[in-house]
Amino acid sequence: MNEFEDQEYTKNFEFSVWKKLYRYIRGFKRQLFTLVFNMVMVALLDAVLPLMTKYAIDEYIIKKQTSGLPLYIAAYALFTAMMAGSVYIFVYLAGKVEVGVVCEIRKHGFKKLQELSFSYYDTTAVGWIMARMTSDAQRIGDTVSWGIIDIAWSVAIIIFVVVNMFILNPTLALLLCAVMPALALVTFYFQKKIFANQRTVRRLNSRITGAYNEGINGAKTTKTLVSEENNFNEFKALTSGMKEASIRSAVLSSLLFPIVLALSSVGMALVLTHGGRGVMLGTIGLGTLSVFVAYTRQMFDPIQQLARIFAELQSAQASAERTLTLIETEPDIKDTPEVVAKYGDALNPLRENWEEITGEVVFENVGFKYKSGERVLEDFNLRVKPGEKIALVGETGAGKSTIVNLVCRFYEPTEGRILIDGADYRERAQIWLQSGLGYVLQAPHLFSGTVMENIRYAKLDAADEEVYEAARAVNAYDFIMKLEKGFETQVGEGGGKLSSGEKQLVSFARAILGDPKIFVLDEATSSVDTETEQVIQRSVESVLHGRTSFIVAHRLSTIRHCDRILLIHDGKILEEGSHRALIKKRGRYYDLYTNQFKAEAEQAVLSKSPA
Amino acid sequence: MLTLKRVWGLMRGSRRMYLFAILSELCAVIFSLIIPVIIKVTVDSVLGDEPMDLPGALVSFLQSAGGVDFLAANLWLCGAAALAVTLLQGVSIYLRGRLAATASENIACDIKDKLYDHLQKLPYEYHVKAQTGDLIQRCTSDVDTVRRFLAAQVIELARTIFVVALSVSVMLSVNVPLSLLSFMCIPIMLIISYRFFLSISRSFLKADEKEGELSTVLQESLSGVRVVRAFGRQKFETEKFGEKNTEYRDLCMVLMKLLARFWSSTDIVCYGQMGLVLVVGTIMAVKGQITLGGLILFNTYVGMFTWPIRNIGRILSDMGKMRVSLDRIYEILHTPPEQDTPGAGRSPLEGAIEFDNVYFEYQRGMPVLKGMSFTVRPGETIAVLGATGSGKSTLMHVLLRLYDYTGSIKINGVELRNIEKRWLREKIGIVLQDPFLYSRTIKRNIKMANFKASDPEIYEAAVTAAVHDVIEGFEKGYETIIGERGVTLSGGQRQRVAIARTVIKDSAILIFDDSLSAVDTETDARIRAALKERRENVTTFIISQRITTLMEADRIFVLEDGRLADVGTHEDLVARDGLYSRIWNIQNMLEFDFETEEGTG
Repeated sequence: MNEFEDQEYTKNFEFSVWKKLYRYIRGFKRQLFTLVFNMVMVALLDAVLPLMTKYAIDEYIIKKQTSGLPLYIAAYALFTAMMAGSVYIFVYLAGKVEVGVVCEIRKHGFKKLQELSFSYYDTTAVGWIMARMTSDAQRIGDTVSWGIIDIAWSVAIIIFVVVNMFILNPTLALLLCAVMPALALVTFYFQKKIFANQRTVRRLNSRITGAYNEGINGAKTTKTLVSEENNFNEFKALTSGMKEASIRSAVLSSLLFPIVLALSSVGMALVLTHGGRGVMLGTIGLGTLSVFVAYTRQMFDPIQQLARIFAELQSAQASAERTLTLIETEPDIKDTPEVVAKYGDALNPLRENWEEITGEVVFENVGFKYKSGERVLEDFNLRVKPGEKIALVGETGAGKSTIVNLVCRFYEPTEGRILIDGADYRERAQIWLQSGLGYVLQAPHLFSGTVMENIRYAKLDAADEEVYEAARAVNAYDFIMKLEKGFETQVGEGGGKLSSGEKQLVSFARAILGDPKIFVLDEATSSVDTETEQVIQRSVESVLHGRTSFIVAHRLSTIRHCDRILLIHDGKILEEGSHRALIKKRGRYYDLYTNQFKAEAEQAVLSKSPA
Repeated sequence: MLTLKRVWGLMRGSRRMYLFAILSELCAVIFSLIIPVIIKVTVDSVLGDEPMDLPGALVSFLQSAGGVDFLAANLWLCGAAALAVTLLQGVSIYLRGRLAATASENIACDIKDKLYDHLQKLPYEYHVKAQTGDLIQRCTSDVDTVRRFLAAQVIELARTIFVVALSVSVMLSVNVPLSLLSFMCIPIMLIISYRFFLSISRSFLKADEKEGELSTVLQESLSGVRVVRAFGRQKFETEKFGEKNTEYRDLCMVLMKLLARFWSSTDIVCYGQMGLVLVVGTIMAVKGQITLGGLILFNTYVGMFTWPIRNIGRILSDMGKMRVSLDRIYEILHTPPEQDTPGAGRSPLEGAIEFDNVYFEYQRGMPVLKGMSFTVRPGETIAVLGATGSGKSTLMHVLLRLYDYTGSIKINGVELRNIEKRWLREKIGIVLQDPFLYSRTIKRNIKMANFKASDPEIYEAAVTAAVHDVIEGFEKGYETIIGERGVTLSGGQRQRVAIARTVIKDSAILIFDDSLSAVDTETDARIRAALKERRENVTTFIISQRITTLMEADRIFVLEDGRLADVGTHEDLVARDGLYSRIWNIQNMLEFDFETEEGTG
């Protein structure tokens, strides 16, 4: 999980990235303007505070009189109220912009994720996407809101203070300003270093997390290999590396403040010496001197803030770059505008224009190769009649899953075409085909929620009775009713509270509920126990009746009754025919089948023995 | 109290450094408080004509140097004094930062090492049941909570206390009534802040939970993207995510509003306090009850202690979190580790193995081994056959002392309990059914059990395990990194690397726990032949379900339900009705079955 969070950073400021990002921030323009204005206000108030003290010294203490004091108190109260009001507004608005921008980016990202093709998911790790959608989105939101606040406030206060100083006393002002460039230089240098160091620390930290993960998962093996000491020594090297990097980073941070302080006190000393002389000579008022003393302090905070922001801006830019890559990726499979106009898209389907699917599937000279250039199919032809049951068998990597994925239009042929009910499926909407699919995967995937909700996924408006019916059709009803709360049982994250056999039964019921015309079983029984397999096997017959089905099977015993079995090898159909015909042929299928039969029978004997 | 004791215990080795960090902080505070005094003296006594309000010794020192007039003539001295004190303050701050960071990083590093070490020493059972995610959380973020507490929060707390205590005493010495007025906000602020941060933690928790839900929806929809597409549920998913997304946003906004209210309302208290001191101080100054420098001093001090007090509430409420983290860390550290029987030694393991009425149960009342008794001659090869749950693996685990047993197991006449576990495991090589490979290079993985192994030895082991050619076929050969960031090995390849890793050390006893199940039959035979050549007089146990593997053993043990159901050679067992003969018969029935199926089907 940590692996994807901190990747390379670009070095320079890229205007184009921020320009693109602006599209997602545009909605908060008004709040941002108010924020900037508000921060200028806060800066103004901050600059005014020392003046209040100056006024009290000059007007009351020096003159030894208190007339007009009530008005002064009122002014001070007004100042406090304005300050509190501004603080409220800026925290509120910055919060609003921050969470709003994050929400907006996530919304766009998720929408894009729904559009992207399988080829994208094949080459992109889920962890990578998660990191873009969570920590990167958050960082962008943070920087846009709080970054703007800090920049606006810092710039404004520097301007106010400088202007004020020059109005009060140009000579003293020049003295103080002389210290500023040195200060800015030092601060920016340090912030950059500190930031780079923190990145190292984070990277080391995620390696330590990885080491723990390995230490805990591998603990059993470690014991049998008696390699505890070696492991521990390696781990200690990691933690001490992290310790050193952390200390280095902390030392840099603790150096920065004293340096800033030293520089600011040079300014202070200059002010005191020069200003003090002025006071004695009567050229400078005591009040003015106190303002300058206060300003030397106030000047340096904003410069530090700016340095920090610019260091952080770099990482925010990298976050923005990565997130934008995600949002701006074009899906490989896209419906043409004409198709979208007629049939709608995933988010706005125009069901009234959809043709009914009968289930004839034709591969016409279909070729397919992955983007990497790896060729899987070449000149592949296949005609499947409506309602026909086709089994695909063969070694891993032979192209079975590719054929199925092409049927589902998870991929499109790179050459040739695929016709569904006589029409090239590229002339129809993806959602049209995919809404009419029944699909059961090798690793059943359930969503958190109840069993009921999971089955209903295939048909959101299904009545309870329909759901029960689907469950009965696949012989899942009984086991579901035996669960703690029957159909209302929570399945847990990823269906984790059910066994994999139970998950498969639920996903099977789900696939049936939508009454699909085209049905795909992709290694649906290879990861379940024998008992569940038999349960599924018993229902497959009846359930698949009248549906065009593609069954990819590892266990050959499950496909004996298919209308046609295709033995796929290297993207080609090597043998084709019914189970009986292929057995008679004594070819490759026969070999496969005998080997498996042997293994399965042994397995059966072992599992039947008393346990 | 327990928390304090625990923290104190963890700080061993860094206590003095930490103490110095706090002392440096104290110095930093003192210096920062002196600067306003210098300004006061400059304003009042050098520029003005008040008597110097300083400790006697310092006054007489200044008098001897020429007194106020001298200072007035050389005003830069006042500036220099301010500069010098500030520099000292800077040095103190630097020292504090460096010492506190070093101490707390040392402590954190210690805790992490301790946890790792301890986890490795916990018994096998613990790891069978362990929840990896939760353990990692404890080892990383809980440790970090403790580190942050020591590195920043304790120091900040100390700083605030020092500032308040010292400035209060200085202020009291200058002017009592104005001082009392200046402290007014302290209790108010403390109460507001503490209660606020306590109450906001509930809102934080809610937002955290919602964030968890949001990422679950995201995660599930990404890993289930095939299901989403196959049912055309993009719209449904978008709406589901959108809902969580907005809910999370709104919960965050609730937090923001609370924070906005807190910061602005406490701003009123802070500025009100400062205003009060300013106005009352001005009136007093006009009446001559306080000097101008005194007023400036008050103003500065009030500014210095008012703001940090706002944060005390947060630190106090964070203490609760720290305590929870500490508990979670100690829960691991207090789990008793594996231990040897007192007096256990290192006897030779090259002898006969005798099991006498061995019982073992994972759960009370549900024995897995129910009175196993047998003797294995040195150098014998024993194959073990049995159904899932019959106790095959457990039998091997007991032999390695991964679990304790009742009854008696003797190797070479010495009771297993009286042998050091480490020694035992060093001398018994086992290949687990689902071997764990470390995410390092292949070479490093093979060397795991024998760190001193030379390259030729490694290659030889790999050849024995029939994996040398596979490894050479990788782009980086033996330097290929396994796992997430490297090459993913197939199940069979993993098993073979694990075999290489096991055979590279000299073992008196070798155990293969169904460790060739993912390797095809031919390779399986090749590996076994190579192993046979390699090992002489090594007692070997092979758990397998492959008849071809089983039949080559000297004797075959058939386990049923935790008992030794049958023992014998292949010929013996084939002749008797039982699990073994049933499996053997399948081979012969096969042809017949097909003929009928073809005829009738």
